[in-house]
Amino acid sequence: MTTLDTTEASGMIMNKTAEEAGALAKAVSTAKAGHETKIAASKVSVFYGDKQALFDVSIDIPARQVMAFIGPSGCGKSTFLRCINRMNDTIDNCSVKGTIEIDGANIYDPKIDPVLLRARVGMVFQKPNPFPKSIYDNIAYGPRIHGVAKAGSAMDEIVERSLQRAALWNEVKDRLDQPGTGLSGGQQQRLCIARAIAVNPDIILMDEPCSALDPIATAKVEELIDELRAQYTIVIVTHSMQQAARVSQKAAFFHLGNLIEVDETDKMFTNPSDQRTQDYITGRFG
Amino acid sequence: MSDTAAQGTGRRAWYEPDAKLKRRHAADRRLRAYGVAAILFALAMLMTLVGTILVTAAPAVTQTMVTLEVEVPEGAVNPSDPRGGSYQKILNESVARLFPEVDTPRELRELRQLFSNGGQYALRDKVVADTSLIGRTFDITFPLSDIGDQLHKGVIGRDLPSDQRRVSDEQIGWYDRLVEQGRISAPLNWGLIFNADSRFPELAGLWGALVGSFYALLICFLVSFPVGIAAAVYLEEFAPKNRFTDLIEVNINNLAAVPSIVFGLLGLAVFLNFFGMPRSAPIVGGLVLSLMTLPTIIIATRAALKAVPPSIREAAIGVGASRMQTVGHHVLPLAMPGILTGTIIGLAQALGETAPLLLIGMNAFITAAPDSMFNPSTALPTQIYIWADSPERGFTSRTSAAIIVLLGFLVCMNAIAIYMRKRFERRWS
Ligand SMILES: Nc1ncnc2c1ncn2[C@@H]1O[C@H](COP(=O)(O)OP(=O)(O)OP(=O)(O)O)[C@@H](O)[C@H]1O
Ligand SMILES: [Mg+2]
Repeated sequence: MTTLDTTEASGMIMNKTAEEAGALAKAVSTAKAGHETKIAASKVSVFYGDKQALFDVSIDIPARQVMAFIGPSGCGKSTFLRCINRMNDTIDNCSVKGTIEIDGANIYDPKIDPVLLRARVGMVFQKPNPFPKSIYDNIAYGPRIHGVAKAGSAMDEIVERSLQRAALWNEVKDRLDQPGTGLSGGQQQRLCIARAIAVNPDIILMDEPCSALDPIATAKVEELIDELRAQYTIVIVTHSMQQAARVSQKAAFFHLGNLIEVDETDKMFTNPSDQRTQDYITGRFG
Repeated sequence: MSDTAAQGTGRRAWYEPDAKLKRRHAADRRLRAYGVAAILFALAMLMTLVGTILVTAAPAVTQTMVTLEVEVPEGAVNPSDPRGGSYQKILNESVARLFPEVDTPRELRELRQLFSNGGQYALRDKVVADTSLIGRTFDITFPLSDIGDQLHKGVIGRDLPSDQRRVSDEQIGWYDRLVEQGRISAPLNWGLIFNADSRFPELAGLWGALVGSFYALLICFLVSFPVGIAAAVYLEEFAPKNRFTDLIEVNINNLAAVPSIVFGLLGLAVFLNFFGMPRSAPIVGGLVLSLMTLPTIIIATRAALKAVPPSIREAAIGVGASRMQTVGHHVLPLAMPGILTGTIIGLAQALGETAPLLLIGMNAFITAAPDSMFNPSTALPTQIYIWADSPERGFTSRTSAAIIVLLGFLVCMNAIAIYMRKRFERRWS
């Protein structure tokens, strides 16, 4: 692993548990071969101004699986997720230390253009946020700005395929010209997933994608996530243990800005190795 | 400790109000009454103001015209140069034919005072437009002079003793003869809109001022709209938040509060004295006004940009739009109604602004509408200022009429702004 900032990072407040957890994560991922590592984060620290929100997080995220981030509110799940597509760049006083490699390339390298990165790493937000434009334009916007397809049949095809993959095509195919904001909450969220898919990413980040949805819409989105896993690497933040158990193969537990534990979801929920994970999962704090 | 309260609840049912609650409600009612009284007072003042202006302006709605039969003799006008004819003389002769008994020079002068000085130009324009009229006898309609107009509208009382009014008994007699002969009419006063300024109230109109104001607002819009949006977008979307940008922000807000006459002085010093731009020209007026409109537009644009929810920006950035694309494709279009509303309100303010235009000389007396934005001209508010300063009776009503025209434009612009705000109001879902 190339380390751009590790010397600086290690100069910071060392956190033993995080170190151990990182080592553990690495051990697990190498043991379970079969899924190569897609995202490799090493000693990632994030600061909002003077306040440190993440402490030396190291984690390997395997390709074509669903990784769930769990942990109590404010523990830095969203912060870490937003590091993966450099969404934190848009926050003025936010600085990131450490390295995150996607397919072996450090995304914080100055020669990486965040615009290209975000085309490869799609993001779905907590609250569905379709553009106040037509359903068609919502999907077509990404491919258009990236020059993937010009308007016309090529674009129509992308729109149809993306909507189909997001399991929304049948519901909206007759009203593609109507505003995306007119859909129901669950449909809007699937529209946002389709929008992310349309630019043909490798990785999809989801920050509590179901927290604004009712159980039926949630079930649909979960089903969709399960299908998407065949093609995409998915990282999902969730507050619902059940959801994590249902959709993810691996889970990572964050606590107070530290990564405590990374493991197979089944194992973490039945036999966590850290007491804090145990306490959180059984609802003793959070 | 709590025994008084316990006693209180013991004596009264819980729903019975005590004195304190009654006092609170009374205070509520009083406050509401003050509010209503204040609004009624404001409305009454407004209605008095508008009512006074309307009443004063009423006489200016029509213009008293006279129709004379004129004969243009062959020799009086050269058909190859019809502009050079002595039209005043032709008119004088036709007046003399109507009143053959008037022959002393003093009486003749008084008689001519009834007719507008603009008659000769009306006749000239008619002949220039159609030279075949030379050598023929035809009717020409042109304004009565100010005193004739006032006489017709009853502003000058006939019952006053003759030494207290501006028209002599003879003039009243001649005027009555004209009425008897059906030569007097009072059509709608289109000249008020379509004439340029004049020394004579019956000929003075707002066209020059309207064109001047139009040019000035055009310049103001062309300068302040793009610059204002660019500044606001930069400050809101791109600038780092630090002491320096804070300072800029505070200063923009201060700029909006600077008295307009200061901008006038600035314009005088910079545009006229330093850059040597033409005095009294709408281009300078527009530039000065744009200095004042700029803060308004910047503040409105920033507010409109702030109102666009961050989730839209995140969505765009999340699919890989650059910051410029995010702003250009999503944020700015969504903010546009708010920006346009602010712009229209800023332009409406600029339209009514007087002091800076006085300083750069847009209160000059100019009898032709400007051909371009570089020619001297007046603007609506400065025209009102000039007319309000003129002693002739006819200008009193015309001043009020001009105020109504100005108010009309302002009301229209604000109505458009309100309509746009309502029309494009977005529900963010
Ligand atoms: N823009 C910001 N500026 C300053 N501090 C921030 C900012 N965003 C997050 N933080 C802080 O960073 C820490 C981690 O926040 P983060 O949003 O990552 O938590 P989270 O685990 O996603 O919580 P939740 O489950 O409630 O979404 C919190 O203490 C939070 O206050
Ligand atoms: Mg979060």
